[in-house]
Amino acid sequence: MKYESQKVALWYFAAAMALFGVQILVGLLAGAVYVLPNLLSELLPFNILRMIHTNALIVWLLIGFFGAAYYLIPEEAETELHSPKLALIQLGLFVFGALAAVVGYLFRIHEGREFLEQPTWIKAAIVVVALMFLYNVTLTVIKGRRTVITNILLVGMWGIAVFFLFSFYNPSNLSLDKMYWWYIVHLWVEGVWELVLASILAFLMIKMTGVDREIVEKWLYAIVGLALFSGILGTGHHYYWIGTPGYWQWIGSVFSALEVAPFFTMVVFAFMMVWKSGRRHPNKAAMLWSLGCSVFAFFGAGVWGFLHTLAPINYYTHGTQVTAAHGHLAFFGAYAMINFAIITYAMPYLRGHRPYNQVLNMWSFWLMCGGMAFMTFVLTVAGVVQTHLQRVLGMDYMEVQSQIALFYWMRLGAGAIVAAGTVLFLYSIFGPAREEQPASIPADYQPAE
Amino acid sequence: MTERFTKAAARNIFYGGSLFFFTAFVGLTALSHSYIVNTSTDKAGLTDAVARGKHVWERNACINCHTLLGEGAYFAPELGNVWLRYGGDKDHDGAVAALKAWMAAQPSGIEGRRQMPQFNLTEKEVEDLAAFLEWTSRINTQSWPPKLSG
Repeated sequence: MKYESQKVALWYFAAAMALFGVQILVGLLAGAVYVLPNLLSELLPFNILRMIHTNALIVWLLIGFFGAAYYLIPEEAETELHSPKLALIQLGLFVFGALAAVVGYLFRIHEGREFLEQPTWIKAAIVVVALMFLYNVTLTVIKGRRTVITNILLVGMWGIAVFFLFSFYNPSNLSLDKMYWWYIVHLWVEGVWELVLASILAFLMIKMTGVDREIVEKWLYAIVGLALFSGILGTGHHYYWIGTPGYWQWIGSVFSALEVAPFFTMVVFAFMMVWKSGRRHPNKAAMLWSLGCSVFAFFGAGVWGFLHTLAPINYYTHGTQVTAAHGHLAFFGAYAMINFAIITYAMPYLRGHRPYNQVLNMWSFWLMCGGMAFMTFVLTVAGVVQTHLQRVLGMDYMEVQSQIALFYWMRLGAGAIVAAGTVLFLYSIFGPAREEQPASIPADYQPAE
Repeated sequence: MTERFTKAAARNIFYGGSLFFFTAFVGLTALSHSYIVNTSTDKAGLTDAVARGKHVWERNACINCHTLLGEGAYFAPELGNVWLRYGGDKDHDGAVAALKAWMAAQPSGIEGRRQMPQFNLTEKEVEDLAAFLEWTSRINTQSWPPKLSG
């Protein structure tokens, strides 16, 4: 860490991890309600649990992105942040909005479009927060060195803010509502978020492998180019059955099938950089999360997305547990893991100790990844069975659900493993640092003369 | 990556290509907008009751258990075609009465069965909700879902 103002990232990461804890806790509860349906049914019904689970996820990922940006932009731009104070005010406002939203949800104060349940005043606060962030980082980048990483990161962050504006448009025509709703949801997670992901990954690769910046930047352009060329028209895979024209079945199938390409390129990129450099960075855990992120994003977003993206297949699988399986692994692999990677990388610097042998952190990697992989497998099998019974044989929904109850028990077990990994991760990040014995003489020993 | 593929070339391809695809996407969306308004949904039938019903649907966060045209949570049945499952296309008043009875009877309290909350809707709110679900069932969804079971 070279710049004092990078320190604000510490607060961002702490807030993100607190909300991550909320997400996992409520996710566990929701998973439990699937198998014990009378649990909490009057106090905290499933719709509220799920609202908190998904909203907490989105908000902590965004806070993590903000933190990552505040950490890496000074180092990239080679200058202090324009205003660290503004960054902290921004965080305070965002966390207040997030907490107000969650507490409001508990008292049934919410709107009702999926993921956009925040009351309008909180949506407006989110826009203010985004503008504060963009103002702060844009001015920092302008006064400092411009790099491809900061440029791509900024394009991604501006995109996030611009597309969020569609959340204020809610037409009475349901089909129109749905079509523009995807301008936020899809163009975020299968568009501009990928720019943020790729630029953070590129930053980590430069720092940890020491590979020449020129090479990394060319790869970065290739990855984000593939992401947007496939991802923008790939939105069509959400326009098959919502009242939109039939041509989307062709456009959506072709372009969303290509959405695998940027994720595959990311795997090749990450492994190639590590292999080329031959350097061993002392923060092995950060390296593990970075490489793991590319692999899990490829499987979760790429392979599991492709599994049900072609229109003739999606006709049967649309809105089943197959979708749930893909959603879980894609968010975890692509966006949760890049956050864990940058947090694991930055924490030793932010806390002022040297990267040590982070065995606990690496254990949390295997627990979380193993749990999420198992969850994805069981939900996929549940989804395939559901698709056949409900969509081919035409069996009643609730009857089908009782047929696949066993898989929901296994999903709950997988969730418990992820939760254990979460606790371990949080401890390894915030817990006592196991200091490596320095080879030099401790500082409090003064020379005699 | 060869030497001839310069960073400037990569940058130009990225920004130019993205702009091209985004423009194409916006153009296709504009076409779809007009298709939705004029062709695939019932323009004349989009009454105030339907719009109010959509707000009832939203205020109670139905989407966080149910799916609607396949989108939402996967905890409870698909409702894009529930109007047809209730036989509303043949017996309008019967379906509305059945919906009222269903909403009033929640939660069922049956042990081991998923519980739907009691939303305390007024008669009129349920009627608006029914209008919304009826309007939704008439959207041209390219014949999705494959079965009446949703």
